[in-house]
Amino acid sequence: MGEYLGTYAYFLGCITPNRYPGIEAATKKIFKEFGVETKEMEGAACCPAPGAFGSLDLHTWLPIAARNIAIAEEMDLEIYVTCNGCYGSLQEADHLMKEHPKVKEEANRILGKIGREYKGTSKINHSIVLFHDLIGLDRIKERVKIPMDGVNVAEHYGCHFLKPSEVRGQGSSETPHQIKDLVEAVGAKAVDYKDMLMCCGAGGGVRSYDAYTSLDWTRQKIVNAMNVGADCMVHPCAFCHLQLDRGQSEIAKALGVTNMLPIIFFSQFIGLAMGFNEKEVGLDIQKTKIPDKIRDKFNSG
Amino acid sequence: MGTLMEDVIDWGGEIFGREHMETIKACVQCGKCTGVCPSGRITALRTRKIFQMVQQDMREEIYNSPELWFCSTCYTCYERCPKGVKTTDLIRVIRNVASKDGYMHLQHKMVSLYVIKTGHTVPVNLDVAHMREELSKNVYPIDAIAPTVQRIPGIADKAGYPELADKPEQMEQLRTIFKETGHAKFVGFNWDKMDLDVSDEEMEAAGLKKKA
Repeated sequence: MGEYLGTYAYFLGCITPNRYPGIEAATKKIFKEFGVETKEMEGAACCPAPGAFGSLDLHTWLPIAARNIAIAEEMDLEIYVTCNGCYGSLQEADHLMKEHPKVKEEANRILGKIGREYKGTSKINHSIVLFHDLIGLDRIKERVKIPMDGVNVAEHYGCHFLKPSEVRGQGSSETPHQIKDLVEAVGAKAVDYKDMLMCCGAGGGVRSYDAYTSLDWTRQKIVNAMNVGADCMVHPCAFCHLQLDRGQSEIAKALGVTNMLPIIFFSQFIGLAMGFNEKEVGLDIQKTKIPDKIRDKFNSG
Repeated sequence: MGTLMEDVIDWGGEIFGREHMETIKACVQCGKCTGVCPSGRITALRTRKIFQMVQQDMREEIYNSPELWFCSTCYTCYERCPKGVKTTDLIRVIRNVASKDGYMHLQHKMVSLYVIKTGHTVPVNLDVAHMREELSKNVYPIDAIAPTVQRIPGIADKAGYPELADKPEQMEQLRTIFKETGHAKFVGFNWDKMDLDVSDEEMEAAGLKKKA
């Protein structure tokens, strides 16, 4: 157990707890290993989805996001998230209410009806930024038990973690580095592939509007990564995970192929390198499995 | 009702500020948005065309364009627009205005339906509760049902965790927001039926099964 680094409120959202709870359990576990404590946000709701719900009614999207942030404020804690959608909604809503007093005032008029208030005292952190900046690459390197050398990783950043860059403040959206830094810290190699920055294909309500188009888009992304010999794809987003993992299994079924690209959430990938096996980081319950190269490391160790 | 552009600037202006929305006037149809669009490679979405249609007040045509809904909100064009047009936010607002005027697809109404009914776009189910139980043993302690809104009456009992019963007072807070903003009304949510006012035939035509 590392030195104590702080306590955060975990905003779960929908996909993480209700479709990929392995991401939830593993992220809490690995954070704990590094001295980051997690508190639950009782009564938090859907973020709500920035692209899908945000496309329908931003005037309702905003107060719901404000309510979610207010729950963490009442706990006097900063937030972390494991989904770019949640990050997009909460971080953007927080930004808009801080930039525009009238937007904050209107949100608080509505929150007043339910006995809550948004003050602007919390901070919305993406979990990958806490791993990268709070825990830091050095502490992560120190904990590596099973170096991921020889494993080629296709980075997938997703969209709303980085963009719009003027709002997110995560540096360049054209040359992001966070996943590359983390996977290389545990010995893996980040490999470039065609259209690395391309969206997973599910956002903005596209998946619910037209699954066929959405999956065709995802298929391109997966094939591009496979074409450069990637062993797996590592990413920071539960929503992308649903599309890349479950969506990929739908594509494979439709095409009649069995070869799938393993999709791994970044904290679970770090957990593997720390010596926790696939079951111990909750990767045994998803559609795509860990790469043979990684499984062999555990079997030979 | 003013022009479509005025509606977009009014509605979006209250969220993003009017200046943000007025960048649509700076669009000179260079087409960079369309060149970088991952959706445009496989669909008929031509982002610059959407903005031109707004500039030319082609309200009906936009409302009836399937391509308006093929933007995944990836923000690639937003990052690269040489004129600083706030593209993706404008597309979200154009969709809002279309939805408000009654041009909302049933697939998208379902997104709202789930949130109004359960508090989540993707709610918990029994399989997931059991999966969480396993993870709690193998990975790290988590509750079989996450302590979020999760308004699925009876699920906690069925999953064998009555102490994790859903919290109706939290759901009530959300529903108050939906009533206050008028959202429930514009998606056609019927509070008596606790469901959308749509027929099974309409659901079937949209390729949907009633699940919520």
